[in-house]
Amino acid sequence: MNYLCAFLFAGLVCALGQIILDNTKLTPGHITSCFTVAGSILSFLGCYDYFISKFGAGATVLISNFGHMLYSSAYKGYLEEGVLGIFSGMFVKSSIAITGVIVFSFIFAIIFKPKD
Amino acid sequence: MKKEDYKKLVQKISPPEHRLRNAVVAFLTGGSIALIGEVIITILVTSFGISRVEAGGWLALIIIFVATLLTALGFFDNWVSKCKCGLIIPTTGFAHSVASSALDYRNDGLITGLGSNFFKLAGSVILYGVISSFILVIVRVILGG
Repeated sequence: MNYLCAFLFAGLVCALGQIILDNTKLTPGHITSCFTVAGSILSFLGCYDYFISKFGAGATVLISNFGHMLYSSAYKGYLEEGVLGIFSGMFVKSSIAITGVIVFSFIFAIIFKPKD
Repeated sequence: MKKEDYKKLVQKISPPEHRLRNAVVAFLTGGSIALIGEVIITILVTSFGISRVEAGGWLALIIIFVATLLTALGFFDNWVSKCKCGLIIPTTGFAHSVASSALDYRNDGLITGLGSNFFKLAGSVILYGVISSFILVIVRVILGG
């Protein structure tokens, strides 16, 4: 049942993105930025934690989760340290994704030659 | 041949956009990635005895590792042009954009090429994510959350 929920949720979000991409002049760059902002707005409204508890990986593999992680860790930082915490806490949760992307992309760019 | 006739001819010959098929393909690929993710989380939780949150962190690393490796090997560009949003909206799209710009600009030098173009596409995701989260936290603080 978990698997089915995850499959359906992520699938529907991707299909929604594809429909937006096909019917407007937006580029994939616009789509990913919009979905990230949508993720932080949903997190602000309190929906995203519910999505994660309900759909598991269906909600965490999406780019919207990046916005959710940014918002929730910034807010957590505010609760713990005040205004300075917004700045120091912003990247706490998303650090895994950003550091991972930087390290792996750099290593593979050094090792492999681009194919044309 | 008149301009309008030519337009009609082009419309006749060029294949119609398969919007429905694109949406179905995106649905299936995006769903499959989530399904694989859920399976990996279950395996990590049951066999290593770690919490679901920690398993989620490992899952993010695994997805990013696989996506960057496949981009570097040259498979991923083809798949993205076929599956489009099915691969762009999951974290794979973020990893793919960084890895592909790193590979493309590597030959221009390590600093002026790779370094300055590293976040070319993913930069907008990070920028607008941070700006929107910052504004929303301020709003929530003002509202007395």
